[in-house]
Parts: sequence; structure tokens; C-alpha cells
Amino acid sequence: MSQPEILNQAFELAYTYTRSTGPVIGRFLTELKKRNIVGIKASDGRVIVPPMEYDPDTAQELSEFVEVGQEGEIVSFAWVKEPREAHPSDKPFAWALIRLDGADVPMVHCVAAGSEEQVSTGARVKAVWAEETIGFITDIRCFELV
Amino acid sequence: MSEENEVITGIDAPVALKYNFTAGAAAARFLTQVKKGVLTGQRCPKCSQVYVPPRGSCAACGVPTEEEVELSDKATVQSFTIVSIPIPNNPIQPPYVIANLVADGANISFIHLMSECVNEEVHIGQRVQAQWKPQEEWDYAMDNIRYFTPIDEPDVPVEKIGHVPVSGWEG
Repeated sequence: MSQPEILNQAFELAYTYTRSTGPVIGRFLTELKKRNIVGIKASDGRVIVPPMEYDPDTAQELSEFVEVGQEGEIVSFAWVKEPREAHPSDKPFAWALIRLDGADVPMVHCVAAGSEEQVSTGARVKAVWAEETIGFITDIRCFELV
Repeated sequence: MSEENEVITGIDAPVALKYNFTAGAAAARFLTQVKKGVLTGQRCPKCSQVYVPPRGSCAACGVPTEEEVELSDKATVQSFTIVSIPIPNNPIQPPYVIANLVADGANISFIHLMSECVNEEVHIGQRVQAQWKPQEEWDYAMDNIRYFTPIDEPDVPVEKIGHVPVSGWEG
């Protein structure tokens, strides 16, 4: 058999999934659209952001929404030197766990900063909203240092 | 309800996997032949089954397949389905027929479209032939064959499907 030439082709396998949010994440996203951030109060009094449908300790249904601040503190972070296509920024940025004012549990989001040196644990950040909000986590475009 | 008060109940969550697909030796050889308008399989040296499209080895015997076998563009329907539900991003409008076809000279089926047929009359054992695009459009692709259409030949009994010689089916 003669040696065939090498054949290459770009190929994209895409799934057009939609997901139902359920009432609690639905409420969280609905509030994001209105440029508010809400958490939910757990049985031990902790405020969890983003809100959960069920209590992490007792598994009871949760329903007491609490609006939290749009500023908070970096609990930990990882600097992304070379953002990839799916990342929220094409410039270097930080993934961070951010404890918002009034919340007891940090949530993951991205932090825009000029360089890694500017980001530190304990640094204060505030939410930057997208120009148009649609009811999605990217309605918060990023957090930036205060 | 105004746009302002609309409650979010669902989100789009598409997943896209981007590949750079390399055909590999057997598939590249097959596609090179398809570009010339020829279907080429490979025969297993152990069990003599002819595979199309060839994968370079026999899945049953676990041995490399090297002997090339030129096949007919006539085939037999081994199984089929009538697709009635549209698939996102698929340009083919339902209803249409997808069939597992065994080319004359091959023992294993491949998947292709059937058209210019009455969907409800498509049946196992039916004889079909490739309808090729104009030669100047041929590329390294199985869609050089637009689809298969029924031909006026007697049905192949179920037990003979996959055992029709490349010289064709006499009935």
C-alpha cells in the first residue's frame, strides 16, 4: 500500500444545551439582571452566595434571600497569565474566591488587575457590571480592586 | 409582565469541543480514493471480512488490515431509520432516511443518506446505488456521494446481506 498523504481537518462538536435554573439560582440570576447580588440564609445563620436550594447541614429547603454588598474581600486567588478562549478576559486576570460584604461564604469570580503583584489575599474588590445585564453570571463582568 | 420584572428560569449552556482531526493512514487512504470516486475497503487477513471505511485493523481479530479491495457503489440496506425531528445546525430538513448500507464486496455497513425514494417503502434488503456529485466537486469526503437511491434489483434476503460479491446481486 502506498503511503497516503496526511489529512487534517478542524472539527467542532457542539451541544446546544439549555439548563433550568430552579427557583433559587433563578432568583439569583433575576437579581443579577437588576444589578443586585443575593445570597440565602442557612440554618446556622450563615449567608451563602450564590444561594443554594438546600441547607448544607440539615438538607432543609432554604428560602430566606439576603441582599449582600457589591464589594468584598479576596479570600484566595490564582493568577491566569495566559487566558484561554473560554476565559472571561483576554488579558491576564485572577480567578478569586471573594467574600462579599454581608456574606459568610466566598464565591468564585474573576478579578481584573494590571498585574499579579497588585492582587493579594485580603484585598478589597468591587463588582463591575456589564453594560447590558441579561440574567447570567457574566452580568458581573469582573471585580476590580478598590 | 414587563421586561424588567421577568424571572429567569433557564440559561443557555452550550458546550463546544474543538478538535483537529487527523484521519490516520487507513482513513486517509480511503478518502484519497473517494476523491477519485472509488470506494475502497480493506480485507482482514484472518477472517477475510472486508471493512469500509477501513480502520487499518480488524476489530474482531485484532490484526492489521493491509489488502485493499475496490468495492462497488451499489449496496444493500441493512437497517435504516426515518428521521422526523430536526437536529440543530443540521442543514438536512426532516423527514429523511439514514441507512446502514453494505456495499457490494464488503461485509460491514457504513452510514449514509437515502433519497429519491418513498420513505415509507424503504426496507431491509433493498438494493441502492450511490448518486455522486459532479466530478469537479469531489473532495476528500464521503459526501462526494450525495445519497443513495433505490435501484430495480431484487431484494437481498436478510441472511445474505453482507455477503454480496463485488460483481453484484443476481437475485
